[in-house]
Amino acid sequence: MAMVIFYILAAVMVVSGIMVVTRKNAIMAALFLVVAMTALAGLFVQLGSLFVAALQIIVYAGAVMVLFLFVIMLLNLKKDEFGFDSRLFQRLFGAILGAIILFQLWLIASGYFPYRGPQPIDPEFGDAALLSKKLFIQFLYPFEIVSVLLLAAIIGAVIMARKKSEE
Amino acid sequence: MAPLTHYLVLSAIMFAIGVWGVLRNRNALIIFMCIELMLNAANLSLMAFSSYLKDYTGQVLVFMVMAVAAAEVAVGLAIIISIFRHKESVNVDNVNVMKW
Repeated sequence: MAMVIFYILAAVMVVSGIMVVTRKNAIMAALFLVVAMTALAGLFVQLGSLFVAALQIIVYAGAVMVLFLFVIMLLNLKKDEFGFDSRLFQRLFGAILGAIILFQLWLIASGYFPYRGPQPIDPEFGDAALLSKKLFIQFLYPFEIVSVLLLAAIIGAVIMARKKSEE
Repeated sequence: MAPLTHYLVLSAIMFAIGVWGVLRNRNALIIFMCIELMLNAANLSLMAFSSYLKDYTGQVLVFMVMAVAAAEVAVGLAIIISIFRHKESVNVDNVNVMKW
C-alpha cells in the first residue's frame, strides 16, 4: 500500500514537473508547481515527518506561490505570454471540482468513514519537539543567521522593486 | 515504505526536470519556478536520508533550504520586476547587457 501511494505521488510530481517546464503560460506553470509541491508534501508525510510536510505546504504551496502569482499578475504581460482565455474549460473544471467536493462531503456525512480519533504515527520519529531540540540547540547559530538572511532579503526585495522615480 | 533508492531516483528525476526547464525556457518567471523544482528535489533526498538514518540533521537542513529559497524568491522576483520596468519584458534573451 505504501509503495502504491509512493508511486502515485511520484507520478503526480514528475508529470506536474514536466508540465511546469513545458507550459508557455506562467500562471499555468505556477499552478502545476503547486501540484508538484503538494505531492512532495505527501511524500514527506510518508517519510514520517509531519512538521516538514506542513511547512512545505505553508511555505511553498502557500507563500512562495502567492508571491509568484502576485508578480505574474503585477507584470501585466502581453496577451500571448499571459493567454489562456477559455471560459468553457474554467466552467467545466469548476463544475467537476465542485461535484467531487460535494461527493466527498456526502461520503463524510453519510458515515462512510467511521471517525477513529487521532492515530499515533511512529512515536520515536517525525516529532516536531525532537526536531526543535535539534534546531534550537545544535543548530542555533545557523538558525539565527538564516533569520538575518531573511531580514536582508526583505529589505533587498523592497529596495530592488521600488520605483526609481520616488527618490 | 519505499526503499531509499526510489526516493533518490525520484529526486534525481525532479532535479533533471528542473535543469531541463531552466535551459529550455526563456521566461524568467518559469526559470525561477524550475529553480524551485531543483531545490525541492534536493529537499526530497535530504528528507529521505533523514528518515532512513533516523537523524534529524537532514530535516534541519531542509528547514534552512526552505528559508533560503524563500529569500531567493523574494529577491529574484524583485529583480524580475525591476528588469520588467526597464525592458517591458521578462524574456531572458533581452537581458544580455552583462553577457560577453
